[in-house]
Amino acid sequence: MSRASLFVPLGIFISILALGYVGFSLDARNQLPSALLGKPFPEFSATSLLRPDVKITKAELLGRPVLVNVWATWCPTCKSEHEQLMRIAATTDVLMVGVDYKDTPERAIQWLEQYGNPYDYVLDDRDGSLGIELGVYGAPETFLLNASGEVVYKRVGDINVRIWENELLPRFQALEIAMRGQSGAGR
Amino acid sequence: MIPELGHFSLVIAGALSLFAAVIGLSNTRNTLLQRSVVSMTVGQFALTLLSFSALVYAFATDDFSVAYVANNSNSLMPWYYKVSATWGGHEGSFLLWILIMSGWMLALTLRGQQYPASFFTKVLGIMALLNLGFICFSLFTSNPFIRLIPMTPADGADLNPLLQDFGLIVHPPLLYMGYVGLAVPFAFAVAGLLEGQVDSAWARWSRTWTNMAWAFLTAGITLGSWWAYYELGWGGWWFWDPVENASFMPWLAATALVHSLSVTEKRGTFKSWTLLLAITGFSFSLLGAFIVRSGVLTSVHSFAVDPERGMYILIFLALVVGGSLTLYALRAGQNSTQVAYNFLSREFFMLINNLILIVSLAVVLWGTMAPIGYEAITGGRISIGTPFFNKFFVPLGLLLAIALAILPLLNWKRTKIEALRPAATSLLVAAVFTVLIWFVLDPTSVVVASAVGLGAWVVLSHSADLFKRLRKGTTLPMAYVGMTLAHLGFSVCIIGIAITATQSEESDVRMAPQDSVMLASQRVTFLGVVEAQGPNYSAQQGVFLVEPESAGSYELRAEKRRYFAGNNVMTEAGIQAGLMADTYVSLGEPLADGAWAIRLHYKPLVRWVWLGALLMALGGVVAIFDRRYKSLRVRERKTPTNAATEAATKAAAAQAQV
Repeated sequence: MSRASLFVPLGIFISILALGYVGFSLDARNQLPSALLGKPFPEFSATSLLRPDVKITKAELLGRPVLVNVWATWCPTCKSEHEQLMRIAATTDVLMVGVDYKDTPERAIQWLEQYGNPYDYVLDDRDGSLGIELGVYGAPETFLLNASGEVVYKRVGDINVRIWENELLPRFQALEIAMRGQSGAGR
Repeated sequence: MIPELGHFSLVIAGALSLFAAVIGLSNTRNTLLQRSVVSMTVGQFALTLLSFSALVYAFATDDFSVAYVANNSNSLMPWYYKVSATWGGHEGSFLLWILIMSGWMLALTLRGQQYPASFFTKVLGIMALLNLGFICFSLFTSNPFIRLIPMTPADGADLNPLLQDFGLIVHPPLLYMGYVGLAVPFAFAVAGLLEGQVDSAWARWSRTWTNMAWAFLTAGITLGSWWAYYELGWGGWWFWDPVENASFMPWLAATALVHSLSVTEKRGTFKSWTLLLAITGFSFSLLGAFIVRSGVLTSVHSFAVDPERGMYILIFLALVVGGSLTLYALRAGQNSTQVAYNFLSREFFMLINNLILIVSLAVVLWGTMAPIGYEAITGGRISIGTPFFNKFFVPLGLLLAIALAILPLLNWKRTKIEALRPAATSLLVAAVFTVLIWFVLDPTSVVVASAVGLGAWVVLSHSADLFKRLRKGTTLPMAYVGMTLAHLGFSVCIIGIAITATQSEESDVRMAPQDSVMLASQRVTFLGVVEAQGPNYSAQQGVFLVEPESAGSYELRAEKRRYFAGNNVMTEAGIQAGLMADTYVSLGEPLADGAWAIRLHYKPLVRWVWLGALLMALGGVVAIFDRRYKSLRVRERKTPTNAATEAATKAAAAQAQV
């Protein structure tokens, strides 16, 4: 066997590694495969968790960027992202909508009392029917909608500081700028 | 407090492995330092065991302030699933991986006397370096001890119900024993390259460990396949899923290594090839870890996706594999020896066997990685499915069987064709006979016929050789017994695969209570659905009465379970297992008027697939008990008492026979 041929395995390995690296940097798997991306958020009518006599529809979500967060009290990851959601609610003027997914309303209300309520609206989705419309795999999941109610971003998994700063905040700011531009042109 | 203790022990274990790696690889000849590496190895094991026990304790006591426990356990789970939930998620399973790594290192120290001190110190140093990488990965990216304070949940999210099963209790530990065990031949190969000692003795040292790791890997994969069969409710036992492939690739490399090592030991040749396989085997273990844990490929088994973890593993992979392959490229040429052998020789057929295994490995690698490449180039997504793999694996498996059937008749170096002819022709006749019988029964499936025929040929040729040896009255060396067992296992396995893949009957039917259908000459009657309660789930149980033509009838129960914590629905198939065939019922969706969608399978010889694989694993273990591995210590001491000389001569005699 010639000396040079001993380097062949190393060469093969480097090419596999490069492929792995490329595949890895493609990533974006946590945001993508949502059939909803770029499409309008589905029409819905849901009961408010905190005021059961009030119905909330898609009309309430139009006119500014919205963060729709699917959560439940049985989901520990929701617990760990809760603090970050509180921070988002305090520092931005994004409209925050919580979808309380397959949950017991009493427990959910208690949770919001105990840990604070970051949401402007909380939808009661105890049978998970809205979740089906949204193509939810589980909780937590988060959608960012633009002012005309289209889904521009979806995250499966928790919202942490890194995701907020790298993924959500830039998109949110872009939406705000776009909105201001539009309303300016309208005037 | 206890979780912090576990966390702290892991940090100290990391520090110990750092010291052990530095001293172990420092080329020291100082006996005291060399011994310190051994004691640090023992210390590492004790500390990782402590750390792992702390995590088990957190699970057993429902400590939901630990994030990992809260995500993977629930107070309603029975205690044995609470304990096994420790390795049910990414973080904990990686801690198990580290524990097993330390366990292999501990096992090495028990046999340390047998190897030259400087070589052995290097082996431990390399293992410690790898373990350091694993511990850092756990501490920095996947720490299982992180607390959820002050937001401690009242109860946990529950372990994925798919994993609440006996299969999960044993499958990952066995599989990891295999994966991580391949680090031992890897360390032997790298140490051999560093020390410039790669010879027959080196191969003999490495063989015991390779066999052991290979046997664990075989058993682990088998269990995984069995688990998928009864738990996923699809009635299949192998899906060519990326994660299955990730375990199959190191297995193929390790199988090639087991064979190549025997050539290196007996004939002192194939050296660079053996070294390369040892490096490849462990590299594929690591690649498997990358695939499973980075989210590069999506699969049913995937752990939570986290880019940091993927990047860490990718860099670790680059350093370990890149480093060892560079060392290989620079050093492997140094001690190559040319040994002449004939076409009709054991060496040549070992070469063929290795070639087939490596081609198979390349096929699996291609099938697993091509979707990534495709996505990188075109941005689209493709999936490579079963037809692709079948197209290659059917002919490859058959070729392997042919090589295997001839093997026991061959001598090392050269075989006289006359010695081969009578045995081979008679066996060939027997095989043709089997094919003919089959052909009459089912003339359409030539491939199945040849698979069964070749399987039978392997069995016949190995048994013939066995009887020839027994008639001579010589005691059989364990290595020979092990080889025969493993090869018989292989043929049992391919016969099982061929029959079950083609002769199974499957029907998806709508059944109302009291309806009957015929399934492979059995009458299956749906009696109705009853409610049942488990510890942390409620279930609807479909009750079926199966009446075979001949023997007595029996009842089968298939469940559809709803787990309380996550509202997950799971199916639990009802299986009547038999050596000749399985009857398999699973409950689908409820339809109108009390009727249900029911899936019925009749799977002949499906057990043979796992039985064969387990025979292979058993063969690997049996071969370890060969005398020549035991008598090493006696020989090295060079103080031959009468008994010792006798043992050594016997061992040498045994060696000559194999």
